[in-house]
Amino acid sequence: MLENIKTLTQTFGPSGRERKIADSIRGLMQDKVDEIRTDAMGNLICVKRGSGKKIMLAAHMDEIGIIVTYIDDKGFLRFGNIGGLPPFIVLGQSVRFENGVTGVIWYEENIDNIKNVNLGKMYIDIGAASREDAEKLVRVGDMAVFEGNTVSQNGKIISKALDDRIGCAILIELAAQNPDTDNEIYYVFTTQEEVGLKGAKTAAFGIVPDMALAIDVCDTGDTPNCKPMAVKLGDGPAIKIKDRSVIAHPHIKDMLIKLAEENDIPYQLEIMMDGGTDAGSIHTTAGGIPSGGVSIPTRYIHGTAEMADMGDAENAVKLLKKFVEAMF
Amino acid sequence: MSALENLKKLTALDGVSGDEKQVRDYILSQVKDYVDDYWVDNLGNLITYKKGMGSGPRVMLDAHMDEVGLMVTQINSDGLLKFQTVGGIEDRVLVGKRVRIGENKVPGVIGLKPIHLQDSTERTGAVNKKRLAIDIGAKDREQAEAKVEVGDIVSFAYDPVEFGDNKLMAKALDDRVGCAALIEILKERYECDIYGCFTVQEEIGLKGAKTASFQVMPDVAIVLEGTTCYDLPGAEKQDMSTRCGHGPALTIMDRSVIVDSELLALLTDVAKLKGIPYQYKQTISGGTDAGRIQVNGTGVKVAVIAVPCRYIHTPVSVMDISDFENMIRLAKEVLKTIPQVGPDGRFIKAAEEEHISLYKEEGGKEYA
Repeated sequence: MLENIKTLTQTFGPSGRERKIADSIRGLMQDKVDEIRTDAMGNLICVKRGSGKKIMLAAHMDEIGIIVTYIDDKGFLRFGNIGGLPPFIVLGQSVRFENGVTGVIWYEENIDNIKNVNLGKMYIDIGAASREDAEKLVRVGDMAVFEGNTVSQNGKIISKALDDRIGCAILIELAAQNPDTDNEIYYVFTTQEEVGLKGAKTAAFGIVPDMALAIDVCDTGDTPNCKPMAVKLGDGPAIKIKDRSVIAHPHIKDMLIKLAEENDIPYQLEIMMDGGTDAGSIHTTAGGIPSGGVSIPTRYIHGTAEMADMGDAENAVKLLKKFVEAMF
Repeated sequence: MSALENLKKLTALDGVSGDEKQVRDYILSQVKDYVDDYWVDNLGNLITYKKGMGSGPRVMLDAHMDEVGLMVTQINSDGLLKFQTVGGIEDRVLVGKRVRIGENKVPGVIGLKPIHLQDSTERTGAVNKKRLAIDIGAKDREQAEAKVEVGDIVSFAYDPVEFGDNKLMAKALDDRVGCAALIEILKERYECDIYGCFTVQEEIGLKGAKTASFQVMPDVAIVLEGTTCYDLPGAEKQDMSTRCGHGPALTIMDRSVIVDSELLALLTDVAKLKGIPYQYKQTISGGTDAGRIQVNGTGVKVAVIAVPCRYIHTPVSVMDISDFENMIRLAKEVLKTIPQVGPDGRFIKAAEEEHISLYKEEGGKEYA
């Protein structure tokens, strides 16, 4: 799983441009399921056939990034955000375009107070001498992702895009363990989560599962003077009670807790006040789909170096395996 | 009637979100002879169907009928009317504007304390709509209540004017410009089946498009819009969004949608091939019906073609007539070449390749 996390976090895939990451995941899922299909939103839907309940497991494959909105005469790029990007996180970072071009984000230095800096006052420098020079490398509308190494250290993983490539890696690992069940499992790698939980909506409409889980990251409350939250890195996967987009269906939540306790899998309960997940758009699709989530506690979400615990990821796989194998 | 005449007629009509009947009735009178079927749904969308001559994807064309406006919320004892905005209108825009209220089109004006009587803080401070009221010339509440009711819809009362270098100034260009274009597009027949949807309540949350697309279940949708434009003195080039007279604007991304990259490539290729000017919308602000339509059913390939409108969401928006004409041309040409959509949600390869080679012959470059 660690190798997959490393590969997936370093594969290009901002919202709306998920082709490369989808191809990469397709390669890893090919021999583990009965059927793989995509829809107009680009969701990768991998089906393990069965005669039991239809269970949808969703992990989003898109990541945050930037989009070029304008190229000036001197070859500097102006840009907008794809997904939630606090300006202070963006500043001074390097970004990589799909074709490998690297750029540096800086700001107009004549600003009176750095607190007033916003994305509109920032630009990307790709080392171009002129607009013409820049346009050989990048066009308006091109997207880029943040650069950041993937490092495994002391049982933790530090990387860009753990949100939500760690969820993708967990689903791939689960499929590899070939759960022993009659339930029909839909491993769904969704698109455009970061811009409004979009892919999951159409994927769920196409499947109409009996139940669904979003496998995504959640915040923690275990860093110096942070916002309080009863989730810690390394204390086990978090069973979703609610986030800003969904209140987990009580049966799903209770089932997850029961399975974790029966099988001695460590777990925590997640109440995330900021941020939503694919469960938010799945649960109101069609006639309503009982939905919940299993989350990986992650520090510094949407930073270029997020941190999660490998043990939490492994325990998430164990919990999900028990879930899809359960009789409903 | 010419497309421009239709546009002028449409901007003179009132259709604030939730009250689009006047606009819908006019549009229906203009399109009913050109379409094979039509219906009005529970939300008030006008959905028209034009059968194709052959094969092709199921295409939804969307233009919203509604415009921003006001609603009467209270009638004061002095006969002045308090109001709320319907859709995004900046408070500063409201001052000194002529309006008409309700079905009887009672004339009114949004007044403000005269400059002579304002103190310096009032003159330099921001206008707040809480301090504004509509004056309908009534001397007290009783007189006012004889003419208007709480809940009455208020529209700006401005007629369209052609002026300057091929420009049109009007209220409600957002999105009567899309409605007029869609009427024109429906006059021709194409290979693919077309569902021309004139939607309601876009300005208050992309509502009509949700129920319209649920009924149509399209493979592909093209949204025809009026969009932001700020090509004015003092504007930094990167902040202009679009420029008047530089061709219809294609959205890559805004707050509601990241458009389908295949469909966007098709639009730009067709534009280049046919020599139709176009520009990209160079900011990611605003939202359109495309955001709702895209996530309908199992997903829809969406794009947005928009006419740049200066002073959008004011009663005096300004557009270049050539941008409007080129939006119609581009949409028609794209509809002629649009390929089938496969079960994987991508354009069917054969058609796509044919299209690429066609463009390559003309010296174009390959798809990205």
